[in-house]
Amino acid sequence: MYTTDLRSAEEKRKAARAKVVEDPEKLAEFQARIDRDEFIEPKDWMPEAYRRTLIRQISQHAHSEIVGMLPEGNWITRAPTFRRKLILLAKVQDEAGHGLYLYSAAETLGVARDELVDQLHEGKAKYSTIFNYPTLTWADIGAIGWLVDGAAITNQIPLCRCSYGPYARAMQRICKEESFHQRQGYEAMAALMRGSKEQRRMAQDAMNRWWWPALMMFGPPDSVSIHSAQSMKWKIKRYSNDELRQRFIDATVPQAHAIGLEVPDPELKFNEETGHWETGPIDWDEFWAVVAGDGPCNYDRMDARRSAHDEGAWVREAAAAHAAKRAGTRAA
Amino acid sequence: MGALATNTVERTLDQDRFDYLLHLGDNALVLGQRMSEWVGHAPALELEMAVSNLALDLIGEAQLWLDLAGRIEGEGRDADRLANFRDALDFRNLLIVEQPNGDWAFTVARHYLFSLQHLAVVERLSESRDEEIADIARKVRPEIAYHVKFARSWIERLGDGTEESHARLQRAIDRLWRFTGEMFAPDAIEERLADEGIAPDLRTLEADWRAEVEQVFEASGGLDIPEVKRMTLGGREGHHSEHLGHLLCELQFLQRAYPGLEW
Repeated sequence: MYTTDLRSAEEKRKAARAKVVEDPEKLAEFQARIDRDEFIEPKDWMPEAYRRTLIRQISQHAHSEIVGMLPEGNWITRAPTFRRKLILLAKVQDEAGHGLYLYSAAETLGVARDELVDQLHEGKAKYSTIFNYPTLTWADIGAIGWLVDGAAITNQIPLCRCSYGPYARAMQRICKEESFHQRQGYEAMAALMRGSKEQRRMAQDAMNRWWWPALMMFGPPDSVSIHSAQSMKWKIKRYSNDELRQRFIDATVPQAHAIGLEVPDPELKFNEETGHWETGPIDWDEFWAVVAGDGPCNYDRMDARRSAHDEGAWVREAAAAHAAKRAGTRAA
Repeated sequence: MGALATNTVERTLDQDRFDYLLHLGDNALVLGQRMSEWVGHAPALELEMAVSNLALDLIGEAQLWLDLAGRIEGEGRDADRLANFRDALDFRNLLIVEQPNGDWAFTVARHYLFSLQHLAVVERLSESRDEEIADIARKVRPEIAYHVKFARSWIERLGDGTEESHARLQRAIDRLWRFTGEMFAPDAIEERLADEGIAPDLRTLEADWRAEVEQVFEASGGLDIPEVKRMTLGGREGHHSEHLGHLLCELQFLQRAYPGLEW
């Protein structure tokens, strides 16, 4: 989800042109290690393309965690009870923590966090499209936990066995927390569905708005996702976008029905033969438009991140100046 | 409820305890709400972690005080009810905690000046004759001790950081100082509870508070304590700044718009 390749065809062509010629012997040895399911560690030799793919994927994941704090943060001050406010605060705090581990994992590949954050703020790095949708009612907080974090776990569990050690270890920790997020979201939706007519309306409306964007989080269909083959070979990716999407649909549709929510898809049907739920077509034009910057909240999200960063510049400078003075005093 | 009643009718100890617990709970709730406004907008990723921690501690603390207040009142109001269905006139928090976040210097100065008093109060309350109050105080004391440590470290960093950070911090202190007098000015309720050995005598806490503030300011690039001709009071009587009403609009929105529901 947070890790889908969101580059345009032009961006991919440009990256391909920058290809480095690698020593075939080293390459073969590297691939043999991967095939034996060994973890690759930061000081190990790795092909430049492997390193670049991981930096792109891990940093995009980190950016998604940080931008993802905004739509949920929108409801912290309005959470309806102490319990819900404490859960939401803890959840958003976890996301900041995930961002921190992931930036650290990316730094093991020889890139600085500041550089990655600058790429985000300059619009050169991507983050998950889902966070460009607005949180309009309290039910959106339940829907995000249940659907967005549910999709995240589906995608991230296989990443716990990703070939790059620091990323796999970060994912193991993150997955534990995500599963709490998913459960609290579903529980919040269930509470609304047990409630008043207004609460059920909020919940269904949130379902209607978040369902399709949640399915898009797994990325374009396999038929057009040309980038996956190399990532599969390197065991950075273990299942295709469509496989993971199907796994999520099969798990989620019965959950929706169990609490009385309708899935906003008139073509949705259960295929007795395959044992899978089949959905109607996903609107990929919407997906690519949001990736390209035309989602409802792209500008708001980037403005919020940039202004937090810019307004915090004097604070970071002061902290650095103070640390330097302290170090100077100790040295003297 | 409300300070006016204290002048006109005989009050029971439980009424005093109730009002005092609202004061403790509202301080934590309102400051926790302010701190949570930073989430997603903090100056650095590490500070995102910190502000959400501070907010979690304070909101958790508020729930403990307000739940106890509700039990003492005995009318079926719990912390949620008390937080969501009182207007500003019935909020008893100190004015300093409701002041808007401003920049990071303002937030840090507010947090330092209040948390230092908060810690002294909670330390005394952990030896209160009222066991229920003492239990809560003992539970939250280590958290508030951390708040003081965190805020103090930022006073030092900003005070002795750059020229800009020093100037911003001094400006924040100049604006906030008028609200510090209220932290050590007990009302009749707190005086009676102090006589009973339940609450601390606030006036005995001021000298230590002031001594630490002077020392830390001196060590932080020489921050000045401003001269204020008149301290602004009123929080305990429900006479707040203009800011509290807006904070409550957000805090109480869902419960007021859809009363009586489970969430």
